Amino acid sequence: MAKITYREALNQAMCNEMERDDRVFLMGEEVAEYNGAYKVSQGMLDKFGPKRVIDTPITELGFAGLGVGAAMAGLRPIIEFMTWNFAILAADQIVNAAAKMKYMTGGQYNCPMVFRGAGGAAARVSSQHSQAFENWYANIPGLKVVMPSNPADAKGLLAASIRDNDTVIFIENEINYGDIGEVPEGEYIIPLGKADIKRVGSDITLIAHSRMTGYALAAAEELSKQGIDAEVVDPRTIRPLDEATILASVAKTNRAVVIEEGWRFAGIGAEISARIMEKGFDDLDAPVARVTGKDVPMPYAANLENYALPSVAEIVEAARVTCNRA
Amino acid sequence: MSAKNEQKATDGMTHEGRFYSAERLHAMHDMMLYIRRFEEKAGQMYGLKKIGGFCHLCNGQEAVCVGMEEAADSKDYMMTSYRDHGHILARGSDPTAIMAELLGRAGGVVGGKGGSMHMFDIEKNFAGGNGIVGEQVPIGIGFGFASQYRDDKRVSITIIGDGGVNQGAVYESFNMAALWKLPVIFVIENNQYAMGTSLSRASAETHLYKRGISFKVPGIQVDGMNVLEVERKMDEALEHARSGNGPMIVEMMTYRYRGHSMSDPATYRTRDEVDELRSGRDPIVRLQKQMIEASLASEAGFKQKDKDIKKEIVGVAKAAEAQPEPDLSVLWDDILTDEIPNAYPYPRQVS
Repeated sequence: MAKITYREALNQAMCNEMERDDRVFLMGEEVAEYNGAYKVSQGMLDKFGPKRVIDTPITELGFAGLGVGAAMAGLRPIIEFMTWNFAILAADQIVNAAAKMKYMTGGQYNCPMVFRGAGGAAARVSSQHSQAFENWYANIPGLKVVMPSNPADAKGLLAASIRDNDTVIFIENEINYGDIGEVPEGEYIIPLGKADIKRVGSDITLIAHSRMTGYALAAAEELSKQGIDAEVVDPRTIRPLDEATILASVAKTNRAVVIEEGWRFAGIGAEISARIMEKGFDDLDAPVARVTGKDVPMPYAANLENYALPSVAEIVEAARVTCNRA
Repeated sequence: MSAKNEQKATDGMTHEGRFYSAERLHAMHDMMLYIRRFEEKAGQMYGLKKIGGFCHLCNGQEAVCVGMEEAADSKDYMMTSYRDHGHILARGSDPTAIMAELLGRAGGVVGGKGGSMHMFDIEKNFAGGNGIVGEQVPIGIGFGFASQYRDDKRVSITIIGDGGVNQGAVYESFNMAALWKLPVIFVIENNQYAMGTSLSRASAETHLYKRGISFKVPGIQVDGMNVLEVERKMDEALEHARSGNGPMIVEMMTYRYRGHSMSDPATYRTRDEVDELRSGRDPIVRLQKQMIEASLASEAGFKQKDKDIKKEIVGVAKAAEAQPEPDLSVLWDDILTDEIPNAYPYPRQVS
């Protein structure tokens, strides 16, 4: 296995799928001549030409809708949002068109397409460019929501998302783009709807996705020094959720902390903890704890930004409280 | 006049240098009349509370529906807003399935999932039936993009109203369509009112065919109450787009006789205004007069045709009403293509 970055892994997945299926094309702002705002599409214009790697004007609603129409007409668009913050402008096409098209047309038209781009908090870009939206999309029937936490998952999940016949919301993480990890070469597919146990443990289950998976793993290392053996579960696909893996882990550890970068209210952690309560109540020895972003718009100042986000220390603390070790 | 010319006169007529066979003229007339009577029936069924929700009729706008379809190739894509009954009928979809959809029946054109606003027929390349004003415009250029990608010479006929034309999505679409020379015709059905707001109260530039100027999208204005004019101008526009010259705006000057929807008594306009349009410019009456003058039809013949169509539509309504409501099990159908059985929310169940 080669060691490559998260962004290179995403690039490999797109290139492999575009070589395999000539209906697949990539469209978005700065994806072609600029090689991607975050260099995810580096070299793709040279490889596939301007017909399949297309720079757009800054017009998110328009090109998202173009993707929907192209998908309905039988192509397989990958629509890149430079970041998911800008996708709010395109929400009508994602929510009212793509997500509902198959249903509303009695199964006649579907939208096999991927909307992808950077999500979550970036670094020092203040309120409008640092936020998590996975809970918005995860609420909507007709969408799948996928979030990789490491390079190998990025490759395998993106390839699966491009091949999937439904609309996939693929949320990458800007801070993770430079992360390096071992990634299988050639074709590599990770089925959607499968969680992954990133660390095996017996005392408590930490459930975390995207960038927070790394935080949970760091917290688990710290906890092990304190005699607490944490298991880390990464759902990878947020919707639909592989809750069986989460519930099995909780059945083993009897304790859980759900970690997410986004806001607490009606967040992913709220859903996961509700499911653990509904289906794993008898397994619990303590209430499920949540570690989330603070309920504030993201501030710019370094210390404030740092404080607004979940930290490894907060995860450790929540785990200790849940294990009656505070 | 030679015998040959007399023969030709009974075969059809020439309008603005363009020959239309009698058969074709009758077909255009009959379809316009069919749409008119279908909409009247729908209005009646709505009054009886057999049709629910929102229901937007197109009485008065039939020449746009029929003239456009006459000019189009059946492989061309078409999509519009929620005022869609006339267009899908003109495209040739099964009227019983359309009526059944209005009634929320199993045999509806989308199985009872969409209703009045969401008529789709993939076999007829009719892509809606889109309920959010202006939403179909970016989707329309997506179909045009697919045509260009495959080089299959299909044009995307993307229909909006004089209300929809003020949405931002429309201008994003004009820009991309012109930039990439996508084969798209933006048809603006200008019926003078966006719901209850007249054009002049909503638009600084009321000549809507000019709305593409800053995007280099050429535009033409057409008398949308004249089906032959619609056919001829639309044919030219389609040729423009099909030949790789990029998009064009076709503003159809038309009028809706009914309110915006069934719940709208249309108090924002005068009775005289509606009557003037109805009696002076009605597209069906106009074509009838032209055909009678050209000795291609008689008043008695049209009266009989009207009776036949009304009878046919009574039959359509009866057949649609006789259908069962959708089976409850279809509630769960067609949400995803690739269902994931072991992940929550679980397919096809209250999780």
